[in-house]
Amino acid sequence: MSASSNVSRMSRPAVDAAALPSFAFGHQSLMWWGTVGVMAIEGTAFALGIVMYFYVWTRVDAWPPDALPPELRWGTLNTAILLASVLPNYYTKVAAEKFDLRGVRVGMVVCLLFGLAFLGVRVLEFTALNVSWDTNAYGSAVYLLLGLHTTHLVTDVADTAVLAVLMFTGPLEKGRFVDASENAMYWNFVVAAWIPIYAVIYLMPRWL
Amino acid sequence: MNVDATAGALAPEPRSEASVAELLHARRFGAWADAPGWLGALCTIDHKRVGRRFIVTAFGFFIAGGAVAGLMRLQLARPDSTLIGPDLYNQLFTVHGTTMMFVFAVPIMQAMGVYFVPLMLGARNIAFPRMNAYAYWVYLFGGAMLYVALVLNIGPDAGWFSYTPLAGPEYGVGKRSDFWAQLITFTEVSGLLVSIEIITTVFKLRAPGMTLNRMPLFVWAMLVTSFMIIFAMPAVMMASTSLILDRLVGTHFYNPAEGGDALLWQHLFWFFGHPEVYFIFLPGLGFVSMIVGAFAKRPVYGYVAIVLSLIATGFLSFGLWVHHMFATNVPELGKSFFTAASMVIAIPTATQIFCWIATLWTGRLVLRTPLYFILGFFFILVLGGLTGIMLSAVPLDLQIHDTFFVVAHLHYVLIGGAVFPLFGAFYYWFPKVTGRMLDETLGQWNFWLFFIGFNVAFFPMHILGLQGMPRRVYTYAAESGWGTLNLISSIGAAIIVVSVLLFIVNVARSVRSGTPAGANPWGASTLEWATESPPPPGNFHPPLAVGGREPLWEQEGIVGRVDGLKNDPPEVLVTTLLDALPHHRFAFPTPTLWPLIAAIATTVMFVSSIFTPWAVIWGTIPIAIALIAWFWPSREETEKHKRMERAP
Repeated sequence: MSASSNVSRMSRPAVDAAALPSFAFGHQSLMWWGTVGVMAIEGTAFALGIVMYFYVWTRVDAWPPDALPPELRWGTLNTAILLASVLPNYYTKVAAEKFDLRGVRVGMVVCLLFGLAFLGVRVLEFTALNVSWDTNAYGSAVYLLLGLHTTHLVTDVADTAVLAVLMFTGPLEKGRFVDASENAMYWNFVVAAWIPIYAVIYLMPRWL
Repeated sequence: MNVDATAGALAPEPRSEASVAELLHARRFGAWADAPGWLGALCTIDHKRVGRRFIVTAFGFFIAGGAVAGLMRLQLARPDSTLIGPDLYNQLFTVHGTTMMFVFAVPIMQAMGVYFVPLMLGARNIAFPRMNAYAYWVYLFGGAMLYVALVLNIGPDAGWFSYTPLAGPEYGVGKRSDFWAQLITFTEVSGLLVSIEIITTVFKLRAPGMTLNRMPLFVWAMLVTSFMIIFAMPAVMMASTSLILDRLVGTHFYNPAEGGDALLWQHLFWFFGHPEVYFIFLPGLGFVSMIVGAFAKRPVYGYVAIVLSLIATGFLSFGLWVHHMFATNVPELGKSFFTAASMVIAIPTATQIFCWIATLWTGRLVLRTPLYFILGFFFILVLGGLTGIMLSAVPLDLQIHDTFFVVAHLHYVLIGGAVFPLFGAFYYWFPKVTGRMLDETLGQWNFWLFFIGFNVAFFPMHILGLQGMPRRVYTYAAESGWGTLNLISSIGAAIIVVSVLLFIVNVARSVRSGTPAGANPWGASTLEWATESPPPPGNFHPPLAVGGREPLWEQEGIVGRVDGLKNDPPEVLVTTLLDALPHHRFAFPTPTLWPLIAAIATTVMFVSSIFTPWAVIWGTIPIAIALIAWFWPSREETEKHKRMERAP
């Protein structure tokens, strides 16, 4: 209870950290929690964007109002590209956790090629929506969802590009492989978030 | 001049006393210490320096928002007053509410978390300390923008919840509501980032041995609050973004003529706005738990009940938003549900109040200013809670919706539930932050004037509301008979002003000449009191391992010290989520100017986008450059890290 006994206990060795590792993968790393926090925020924003879409749907009789649904081909092609990008992404993650620098470099470059492909097709998607953001609330909701996801694609590709350059130029330490691993997790999130958004924008107006 | 042999050899010139002190400082704290001078101040990522300026800034906005309220009370003090016209009055009540909710209350609670959560956990800094510095700068610039707009007569004027269509493109002409929407963007970015930092700090940077069920109750409150912010703030982000899109590029989210709906705004806003009340309230409850324990000289009764109540409040607060919308055309069955939910949330709050009463009842009370503020909290919060139960009934709400009764209720809840505990917290932790005690006599004056002034100012508003006086009117006719009560209310506001001025005088005097506090002036139990006052850079030298819930009160509360962590690079010990077992060492980032530069770039983008949507494109480029430079590791730092590197 007294201050002096606390002081004496503070000078007693209890834990020696010197022998512990200097980084960790997965949920033991701080960066994992930071990334999961960002994913929770953005996942909530996507979910609310979908809520807004259905809310304005309840305000009108026909859906889409005075327009054809968005054309399927570009959106569906992009879904395929995004899903396929999970493979090189997975390869990168595994390579990172084995400290395989060559594997990480190859994996990230392939991921970036996929990134260029889906950003290009995304531009085509915007041309095939059959509605503009200022036509009506339906158009606004579609643009909000697609725009929000596109900003994620752009930032994800930019993040990956910066990290890929670092992997080629250095300076490198082993902890950077944790960054490569978390970057791969975030990539998966951006892909996974697309599936419900694709279903809402492209399929719901046809099915419901 | 007897530092040591090495220092002598390095510096044959005789050194001034100041430079010796600097050298010793650098040697003791290594890379935890900031560079001296203004550059070190701008670059700092120490959670205490950032937290302190966060608290001072938020308090500055409290004064500004209070001054705006003072102008409103001056205008309303007598009927048919022509002091302030309707247009300015609209801006004043909007800026007052926006300041108090977005720029004062939420940030100051998070700022208290930024300062104290790492100390209470025995951590050496907050997780993601550079992001923390960025969050502060963004917040500062956003808040400043609101007041620049007000001074230029383009302050927002559609109320703090900025309802459409009033705030939409058709009625909200000019740029006023755009400033409101962008202020929201600034405060969201800051608030969300701080939430991520706090969650990560709580989960991964606790002292070894501090299992989750040994965490201080304030830390639990901040943890629950941070989770709530993460799931609630995106709603106002989507709301304000779509509002500014409607206004700037012609989308139709809130335009009923083109398939939109004004009520969508209310749903999105209150889905955030109701939890927001609890972002402000839960940290307040955390302060109460800490102060009640320390001043009753015993562990708080019902630790588990209090933690579960905090979590229950967090969940329930997401199910109340429609009670702000009882006067709209939402389905009647829905209203009944939200009435029931609004009544249910009183249960976890009452549970905590009973736990504190049990603690106080069985403790040895030390009646000092912090405890006075807590006792004041009990009185005012219970009154606010009672009017809350009244307002949760739909028929009653319809009668007094948008009257001064609601103004009275929300001030009883927020000032009673958050500001009184906050002032208690100021008196309680001031010695930790500055090393000196606040003056007790001035503290008593501060408390009693605040308590009396508050009730004089706000109690009459209940009656005015029941008599039918609507809120947000810039004046009223003498025949209404509301003059006397309004005058009394304005006198109460003046008493509050005197009280807060006394607090500022107390702080200004005590910082320089208060009684030195020592490490633990109150004889409290938690870890922040185990280090010096003010705590040094890096907080704990050495870091501690913990063996109990009240480390400084229990026989084996502190198990011993943690060895093997370097000061350069600044290493922390990362522990496991549930049991806080040592897991790995981790080198923290070092101070840098890039968070400030990134915040300036962000500000340029946010403010420019009020005037042209293209700013969202070109404004992103400087932000991206700043973020890449922030991230890019230096060779020197990497070499340091490699020397201590050890793979799992």
